[in-house]
Amino acid sequence: MSATTFSPATGGPTKDAKVAAALGRRRRRVAAAVKAACYAATAAGLLLLLSILVTLFWNGFSAISLNVFTTVTKPPGSGGGLLNPIIGSLIQTAIGTAIGTPIGLLVGTYLAEYAKNSPLANAVRFVSDILLSAPSILIGLFVYQVLVVPFGGFSGWAGAAALAVIVIPIVVRTTEDMLRLLPDTLREAVIALGAPKWKMITLVCWRAAASGIMTGVLLAIARVAGETAPLLFTSLGNLNWSLSLSAPMSSLPITIFSYAGSPYEDWIALAWAGALIITLGVLGLNIIARLALRGRK
Amino acid sequence: MQQAVPVPAQAPRGPTALGGRSSGAAGDAVFALACRCAGIFVLLLLGAIIVELFLGGLQAFRAFGLSFVTSTEWDPVAEVFGAGVSIYGTVVTAVLALIFAVPVAFGVAFYLTELAPAWLRRPVGMAIELLAAIPSIIYGMWGFFLIVPLMSMHIQPFFIDKFGELPLIGELFAGPPFGTGIFTAALILAIMVLPFIAATMRDVFETVPAVYKESAYGLGCTQWEVVRNVVLPYTRVSVVGGIMLGLGRALGETMAVTFVIGNANRISTSLFGPGNTIASVVALEFGEAQLGSLKLSALLGLGFILFVISFIVLAASRFLLRTRLRG
Repeated sequence: MSATTFSPATGGPTKDAKVAAALGRRRRRVAAAVKAACYAATAAGLLLLLSILVTLFWNGFSAISLNVFTTVTKPPGSGGGLLNPIIGSLIQTAIGTAIGTPIGLLVGTYLAEYAKNSPLANAVRFVSDILLSAPSILIGLFVYQVLVVPFGGFSGWAGAAALAVIVIPIVVRTTEDMLRLLPDTLREAVIALGAPKWKMITLVCWRAAASGIMTGVLLAIARVAGETAPLLFTSLGNLNWSLSLSAPMSSLPITIFSYAGSPYEDWIALAWAGALIITLGVLGLNIIARLALRGRK
Repeated sequence: MQQAVPVPAQAPRGPTALGGRSSGAAGDAVFALACRCAGIFVLLLLGAIIVELFLGGLQAFRAFGLSFVTSTEWDPVAEVFGAGVSIYGTVVTAVLALIFAVPVAFGVAFYLTELAPAWLRRPVGMAIELLAAIPSIIYGMWGFFLIVPLMSMHIQPFFIDKFGELPLIGELFAGPPFGTGIFTAALILAIMVLPFIAATMRDVFETVPAVYKESAYGLGCTQWEVVRNVVLPYTRVSVVGGIMLGLGRALGETMAVTFVIGNANRISTSLFGPGNTIASVVALEFGEAQLGSLKLSALLGLGFILFVISFIVLAASRFLLRTRLRG
């Protein structure tokens, strides 16, 4: 259809004007229809986001009280809260980020400042991209195999390690991108002063790219804070108050998962409250990170 | 990158130029080594994931051989495990999700690059990207408590009523309206991969040189004709890469699917029938698997199969997107 619209009308000379006018009308109608469909598609996307947020606020807002933040999980009907899942999530996310960020930072630096387009760098870049999109449940299975089975049980450490594996490729990607944005004249100026390369990188390049790298870290935190699947087989979840990293540890997503599937009204309400807390946290971090990034570019 | 370049706070302070240089050389070697080791660590990490999943599944692979992949039987009591149904469910839900998501993603990308007024592009683009940030478990809850009732009460009865009696396609819409099932899972997956595909499409549409588009507009093309005849041919390869990226994401999605797919180990001809996916089986049955049991091995074997499938899809996606990545 579109191929014909490109060629001039091919009718005889007497029909030319008529055919051209009809063709023009058809082309405008097609264009208008496609445009309308695109408006509808975008509106549908926005409505979906709105629908999720409204559902969360509708069900979660009434369930949120001070109690949620100050009481530990209790059996259904006895007025428990979400204190230990919240603390557990904070601890595991913090440790996972603390382990994953330095590794990701070094890898990103290696790719941008040292190896650039060597075969090894291309392999690392490829593998990091695969890790970025690999199913997170498989990372959970992997950590189960290497940290849970040999060390005799589910633990907060294993959960944090699984999250760290997810953090690494996110930080790698942003670090490399941000370092590559820096002009080479900056590097040449530092080298010309006689500074060694590692000082050039740590004192100048990292600083110049700091806000961009921080954005990557924020996005990584936002991503792992809501991760459920990798924690199922690593930190397992714990309905009792426990801060020990060597024991199974509670986390907000896992608690939401088990509470939402339960038949108890008050547990389901708590699951909504937890869902609202996580979503607001994650979306908040994302908005901050994206605004910061846009400001730089 | 208009930001002022920060001045290094510490100028090199070595007592002599020579001393400074030698400490710098040692520091350089250490730092370069640390960066290189970190890079190799990432390589080893992926290798270790593949090897560990394979070793974990070895017991099941040995016990069932090739029939582990083809058999549709999954009977924990009789200790017979086959991945057929979950592989089928994984592929069908992911492909259906793409069928739903790709046209919508194209619409969003078209809107964001050609139709939207400049001031709306950033906020609308960001809102669509935020869909990607919402955790999987939230989609699961939203789907389970909002979409599933909607499906079982309105949408599925409508389809069953209208098409259930027809020959051939009636099969697709047969069965009771449970609300959960393959169709609902694919719908939720479509919403989850929409932002990834839309963002990639938008980014590659923006790489089309303005001169090309202006030439087409200059010939009198409508916006649709410009996109259809100039933008899409120019970006075709990358667009397919973006779709593959969405496919890779959809294949491994766990929590949302687990909530809504119905979790039954059977292949149903009806779109509304229940099913399962590799990820949902692993997530649900892992708790019941004893350490060292054949079942645990079968679950790890499932993980290995999922890894192989998503590795191929993601590698293909990256290959197709390479021109964009390089730029």
